[in-house]
Amino acid sequence: MIGNLDARTPHGPLAQKWTNHKDHARLVAPNNRRKFEIIVVGSGLAGGSAAATLGELGYNVKCFCYQDSPRRAHSIAAQGGINAAKNYQNDGDSVFRLFYDTIKGGDFRAREANVYRLAEVSNLIIDQCVEQGVPFAREYSGLLANRSFGGAQVSRTFYARGQTGQQLLLGAYQALCRQIAAGTVKMFPQTEMLDLVLVDGHAKGIITRSLVTGKIEAHAGDAVVLATGGYGNVFYLSTNARGCNVTATYRAYKKGALFANPCFTQIHPTCIPVSGENQSKLTLMSESLRNDGRVWVPKQAGDQRPPAQIPETERDYYLERKYPSFGNLAPRDISSRAAKEVCDEGRGVGESGRGVYLDFADAIARLGESTIRERYGNLFHIYEKITGENAYRRPMRIYPAVHYTMGGLWVDYNLMSNVPGLHVIGEANFSDHGANRLGASALMQGLADGYFVLPYTLPAYLAPQIGKRPSVDRPEFREAEDDVRARTGKMLAINGTRSVDSFHRELGLLLWDKCGMARNADGLREALARIPQLREEFWRDVRVLGEGEALNQSLERAGRVADFLEFAELMCTDALSRDESCGGHFREEHQTPDGEALRDDENFADVFAWEYQGNGSVAAPKLHREQLVFETVQLTQRSYK
Amino acid sequence: MRFKLKVWRQKNPKTKGKLVEYQATNVSPNTSFLEMLDVVNEGLIAKGEEPIAFDSDCREGICGTCSLTINGEAHGPDHPGAACEVYMRRFKDGATIIVEPFRAKPFPLIKDLVVDRSALDRIVQAGGFVAARAGSAPEANATLVPKQDADRAMEAAACIGCGACAAACPNASAMLFTAAKVSHLAFLPQGQPERTSRVLKMVTAMDAEGFGNCTNTYECEAVCPAQISASYIAKLNREYAVASFRRKAGE
Ligand SMILES: Cc1cc2nc3c(=O)[nH]c(=O)nc-3n(C[C@H](O)[C@H](O)[C@H](O)COP(=O)(O)OP(=O)(O)OC[C@H]3O[C@@H](n4cnc5c(N)ncnc54)[C@H](O)[C@@H]3O)c2cc1C
Ligand code: SF4
Ligand code: FES
Repeated sequence: MIGNLDARTPHGPLAQKWTNHKDHARLVAPNNRRKFEIIVVGSGLAGGSAAATLGELGYNVKCFCYQDSPRRAHSIAAQGGINAAKNYQNDGDSVFRLFYDTIKGGDFRAREANVYRLAEVSNLIIDQCVEQGVPFAREYSGLLANRSFGGAQVSRTFYARGQTGQQLLLGAYQALCRQIAAGTVKMFPQTEMLDLVLVDGHAKGIITRSLVTGKIEAHAGDAVVLATGGYGNVFYLSTNARGCNVTATYRAYKKGALFANPCFTQIHPTCIPVSGENQSKLTLMSESLRNDGRVWVPKQAGDQRPPAQIPETERDYYLERKYPSFGNLAPRDISSRAAKEVCDEGRGVGESGRGVYLDFADAIARLGESTIRERYGNLFHIYEKITGENAYRRPMRIYPAVHYTMGGLWVDYNLMSNVPGLHVIGEANFSDHGANRLGASALMQGLADGYFVLPYTLPAYLAPQIGKRPSVDRPEFREAEDDVRARTGKMLAINGTRSVDSFHRELGLLLWDKCGMARNADGLREALARIPQLREEFWRDVRVLGEGEALNQSLERAGRVADFLEFAELMCTDALSRDESCGGHFREEHQTPDGEALRDDENFADVFAWEYQGNGSVAAPKLHREQLVFETVQLTQRSYK
Repeated sequence: MRFKLKVWRQKNPKTKGKLVEYQATNVSPNTSFLEMLDVVNEGLIAKGEEPIAFDSDCREGICGTCSLTINGEAHGPDHPGAACEVYMRRFKDGATIIVEPFRAKPFPLIKDLVVDRSALDRIVQAGGFVAARAGSAPEANATLVPKQDADRAMEAAACIGCGACAAACPNASAMLFTAAKVSHLAFLPQGQPERTSRVLKMVTAMDAEGFGNCTNTYECEAVCPAQISASYIAKLNREYAVASFRRKAGE
């Protein structure tokens, strides 16, 4: 069914592709737009901005989210900032440089044309957000302020204190509210998508369950847009919100959409270390802190002295030592591995020995405590709440944690998956970050997709579809609904002995160990042997109490964990098949003499896109490859030294 | 540490609810309040009892989902902060802790500790936005915004939409929430064109949802996890008065 994977990248010089594409793209006339109904699943930066913009254009939109308000989508938690190539600092930035940094940061595993487009529209996003009233940080002159983020030598990150995601999301949420009031968008909060419905091979609807009443319902549309975020919670502990899941994208995968690069996961270097076995989530300390904080550990393994008693000469500022030109702002994958390495050497700090210091003493001496408070006050506050320690007085302890997933559903240049009509935007797709995402670029991508890309590319699919929206009475909908009902009923009926969370925790530990910051073939094979057993145990022994026709949080989680238990296998299969190291995918077998990721461009400069093969035999998905074509950049070994 | 919990259990809006006693034992002081409830729930599941329903998502004080009244205080004892940011080290070993939902008439109860706060969304839908169509925005640095105004707008915009202000208020007033949004946009040049209609529509929607009036008890400010200052309520009143006057004058 699926032939060669064609990204449908437009022809012409890199810098002209998007313009040319828009110039020739099909359109839907204003009076026809209201004849279409678009289903948007997700109300984060990607889904919220897309739903609002499509509504503004005159389409009818149905927007879904699992939280009780669209404003609570996980994007709200993003802290540090959003990139754009404005070059307001006059420090040599440009669209090309942002493009180049992003594609290099991704270790050359993303599509040139997509990344270039992202850099190109980045400036429009800042204009748009300012116009909506996003209170970005400003200088005394009244001009917009910038800060630096990892992987770049220019200052191009726009921010609103440590709450950039919150402010950008509220901008999109407010635009969405305006459309809800105008009647173009109908919002369905606390409504979880549990399946995708195909009619004649096209994505034409979804099945949902109301998290309040338990009602299972079918919705038909002319196109379906998934903006359901990332799957980091497959690891149980991550910086993601508790409800983040793979269900929507995994269900689409089971209906034929290709899942691309699932093993590309990002471990963020600066999070608060794990402190106890009841811990339910990990908390990020924004990368922006590395602008002013210096990372170090004692030179001596086992040095138990409090940080203040360790003299300068006995400290190892290992990032500054190893990567002098980027120092503390080395990219995430590299910084995370460096932290793991020093902890493996026994030089980690804190009770567990899995931590490194992020020290602000120099910055406070240089700039004063009030400047540091103004820049990062809320982060220091969160840190103190969680650890009970004051980071103005004593260095923070940090350790890497799962944070973001670069993998996602495969999409072409139009952000459409291989299933006609199914579009995927934001973290849920795989497209722009390759094997490692640079800081402040996810917010950029989510909003680029929603405000400025999808509204232009969706009409290419929609134009010939006018009048083809099926009725929910068709058997395809009935069948899908019955499947969802049966699955829910089955979970409630097992009444075994183990809680949902206990399965999730066990899966998470296994993945962290075998498919986390470092991976090797033996470990991945072990995981691949264990996951099916765990899944079998789940379906035999899980205990989900309560009923289906009411609010039932255990049931919600059970559904998500059941999907994680299948998806984990796909992730490990991908990690095992990609027999090279690149970005966040570090295969221990492939490293340079000084321990950096060693790519194999000859054999792996491509996207791995997996096709589901049915009958629950998750073990043998079919691999499709999209060759990445680099016309402009030269593939080099990434160096941040 | 160990605690005696009294938790509000109510199957649905139609049945009557009551406080039910549970024991939380062997709790580390570094456990968060919600993690402590997770552990209690695991125990309930093991015994075959339905776990306590409570809302949370980000568990780091930014999404506004968690909504517990702990010992009579919205979000518990550790202000400023949301319920998910409360850690057990804040309590005395052996203490009795009462856990209830956010209570306010416009927040109908769904189950146990979960309430429906969609009224807050409807206030924003009434006018809490700038009508900026995607694609129509001018160059971002074309309009200068004095740093002081941007900072004050940010302070107001920090509201996480949790509804604690209304839950803590004896009159169930949502003035702090509404004031935060009205002020955020009123401080910025981009918010000026719709300034008059915005405040009138949002206040009308707030009243229609059944939120009460403000009688200056300042309970809202005391529990607000985002430290929204009650002085914004005064600003809201001024904005409202000016807008009403302008309307009357036919502007
Ligand atoms: C703590 C933290 C800090 C971050 N900081 C930054 C930063 O500073 N800069 C940056 O660029 N990036 C940052 N990121 C990454 C960035 O926040 C995310 O990648 C981005 O916000 C994802 O946006 P999204 O719209 O794709 O998905 P989300 O915001 O996750 O939204 C997903 C939406 O889908 C809905 N949904 C999910 N599943 C279902 C389902 N089955 N049915 C119905 N609805 C569903 C949810 O309700 C939600 O509305 C950070 C991430 C974290 C975790
Ligand atoms: S004003 Fe404060 S208490 Fe009220 S909703 Fe906003 S953050 Fe919550
Ligand atoms: S769970 Fe997000 S604020 Fe408490």
